[in-house]
Amino acid sequence: MPAVQETVERVRRIDVDQYRYGFETLIESDKAPKGLSEDTVRFISAKKNEPAWMLEWRLEAYRRWLTMTEPTWARVNYPKIDYQELYYYSAPKPKKQIGSLDEIDPEILKTYEKLGIPLREVEVLEGVVKPEGERRIAVDAVFDSVSVATTFQKELKAAGVIFMPISEAIREHPELVKQYLGSVVPTSDNYFATLNSAVFSDGSFVYVPPGVRCPMELSTYFRINERNTGQFERTLIIADKGSYVSYLEGCTAPQRDENQLHAAVVELVALDDAEIKYSTVQNWYPGNSEGLGGIYNFVTKRGDCRGNHSKISWTQVETGSAITWKYPSCILRGDNSRGEFYSIAISNGHQQVDSGTKMLHLGKNTTSRIISKGIAAGVSQNTYRGLVTAHRKATGARNFTACDSLLIGDKCGAHTVPYVEAKNSSATFEHEATTSKISEDVLFYCVQRGLSQEEAVGLVVNGFVKDVLQQLPMEFAVEAQKLISISLEGSVG
Amino acid sequence: MSLLEVKNLKVRVEDNEILHGLTLTVNPGEVHAIMGPNGSGKSTLSHVIAGKPGYEVTDGQILFRGEDLLEMEPDERAAKGVFLAFQYPVEIPGVTTWNFLHTALNAQRKARGESQLTSPEFLKKVRAVAKSLNIPQDMLKRGVNVGFSGGEKKRNEILQMALFEPAVCILDEMDSGLDIDALRIAADGVNALRSPERAMVVITHYQRLLNYIVPDFVHVMSKGRVVKSGGKDLALELEASGYTQFEDAA
Ligand SMILES: Nc1ncnc2c1ncn2[C@@H]1O[C@H](COP(=O)(O)OP(=O)(O)OP(=O)(O)O)[C@@H](O)[C@H]1O
Ligand SMILES: [Mg+2]
Repeated sequence: MPAVQETVERVRRIDVDQYRYGFETLIESDKAPKGLSEDTVRFISAKKNEPAWMLEWRLEAYRRWLTMTEPTWARVNYPKIDYQELYYYSAPKPKKQIGSLDEIDPEILKTYEKLGIPLREVEVLEGVVKPEGERRIAVDAVFDSVSVATTFQKELKAAGVIFMPISEAIREHPELVKQYLGSVVPTSDNYFATLNSAVFSDGSFVYVPPGVRCPMELSTYFRINERNTGQFERTLIIADKGSYVSYLEGCTAPQRDENQLHAAVVELVALDDAEIKYSTVQNWYPGNSEGLGGIYNFVTKRGDCRGNHSKISWTQVETGSAITWKYPSCILRGDNSRGEFYSIAISNGHQQVDSGTKMLHLGKNTTSRIISKGIAAGVSQNTYRGLVTAHRKATGARNFTACDSLLIGDKCGAHTVPYVEAKNSSATFEHEATTSKISEDVLFYCVQRGLSQEEAVGLVVNGFVKDVLQQLPMEFAVEAQKLISISLEGSVG
Repeated sequence: MSLLEVKNLKVRVEDNEILHGLTLTVNPGEVHAIMGPNGSGKSTLSHVIAGKPGYEVTDGQILFRGEDLLEMEPDERAAKGVFLAFQYPVEIPGVTTWNFLHTALNAQRKARGESQLTSPEFLKKVRAVAKSLNIPQDMLKRGVNVGFSGGEKKRNEILQMALFEPAVCILDEMDSGLDIDALRIAADGVNALRSPERAMVVITHYQRLLNYIVPDFVHVMSKGRVVKSGGKDLALELEASGYTQFEDAA
């Protein structure tokens, strides 16, 4: 049987039951009553001991949400979500007040251990020490609706970096939160962002003071455990003048037959000469071979290059979720600011991915670069949707976009939908797009040299995404490479 | 026992029969040259031996050390020592030659139950082989065949052959695209690999190559069959008189 045809056969048989992170943690949890109402919003706010202004902010968002209708998208299909059938808050029931890691429910610690996320700093130090001995990662672990642990607090504090659960930041740094929360993604932005504004429960908050280069990578690890629970995390990162921070985000969920909703909001603010590098390796449960179950991933991520000479760079590796709808974007407000978007989106089985970016050039001499690599296998649909605009005042704006799609088999689809709008004549936008099939001849060349079909596809795909993998911090690049092989496992003989 | 035995092989592609009962026996230590006009089925034969998908064997057998080769996956054949230097080597963007060769060699070794080579061990080995073939180290860092000239691609094939040390080497027009100097170096590389255990099947259009790689046997293929076999002088004869004399025989 020709190799590609065999590949297609295997894809048909693939069970994403190989999903490695599909286990469930059995712990008692503290949940809000099912459904969504003003009372749910008040319940969440009270659980977090929030100040009155925060509750007001949420309620306003909730009331606005009631007036909005759920969007529909051309290439994404899913059954209607019943918002009254979901839980909006679920916290692992604390045995007592948590003061140190030792007091976290051991079941949760075990979960993160299984996931390969080190929460104990000693382990982090032992496990992640590289030959150079320098690179460490501070981790904020979010379990369902709450942050359960944040490591390296002391060391970060010494550098002046604030890295804590956003629920704590609301209490401890209200002036910063008030100033920046919703300043990039307004509460009224879109249906899912508005919903998030009303019911978000936790997420990470980062503030890097002027001139500080954050001494280590920061990372948040999201885990959805509870059944029928939406996860609505909120992340806010502020890089003050001349500062630098690199932030990583990882996500997994147990394997369940029902779909689960994940509607996050991420806001980034870079002031003058500041740089934020935001990397995501998203591996939510994608559903099984029949298309049953999996995470609906509807996410609003936006960065604001507010200062001159600021830079925001998004890198993402998307392998999971039943449905992904996300467009990490950059508002290039400051003169000479720069936005980057590097993406690998892999779809297999019945997955539907609609992702891309928006680069909004507002300031003078702003530049942006988009490198998107889409890989479709099985009967999946993989769409890149991009918008690049230059405002009237954005003289000298420049964008370069390259979208490459790779198809494995002939039941899947890749689509590229670029929108371009230049309101001034000095803007230069370049766009390149290619779609290719993984070639029979290339696969045969590899197997003639002794590689199995599966290794051959892995090799070709990793070559295809190399430009983007190189953008990831080293530790993540290795993990991402493994993830790519795993998510295409079974897509070939 | 013969190393490679092709017996009465009939092969179809889609609805056309391309090989109409081809027989070829190759013993250890021998060098066979296959010549024949364009479209006579030389590459098809090499592809079927290596296990390329898309060909239907309707009759006949291919035995490798007495084992049924047609029952084996192509990567299994490679691990057992069947090597094909392609007429048209492909490009694999984003995968360094070095990484590709390391992965492939270790895959073969794993299939044979041999130990895996670490990066330093591999590097040492591949550097030595590259040096012996006059291949610059820089080529190893580039994407597999990406942006290589025609000659460089062919040299990369010879490099792989020398690295994998196969039992039977099928060289499909390794001389096309090589300049005189490169041809000599590549031929020297091939000759260095000649051994009493190893056999070569050299497909070529030109007698010139056979001045460098002197064959024990020459076979003329026409229209999907071997129409004449002989010693190395047969190639000279062909050079003088062309293939037309065989067109009728086929
Ligand atoms: N995939 C295919 N589909 C249809 N016909 C094919 C296919 N592959 C090969 N053929 C035909 O089979 C015949 C033999 O081709 P092959 O490539 O084996 O010839 P060759 O002897 O290697 O020629 P050359 O000297 O030009 O390399 C040709 O007529 C060719 O058109
Ligand atoms: Mg040929």
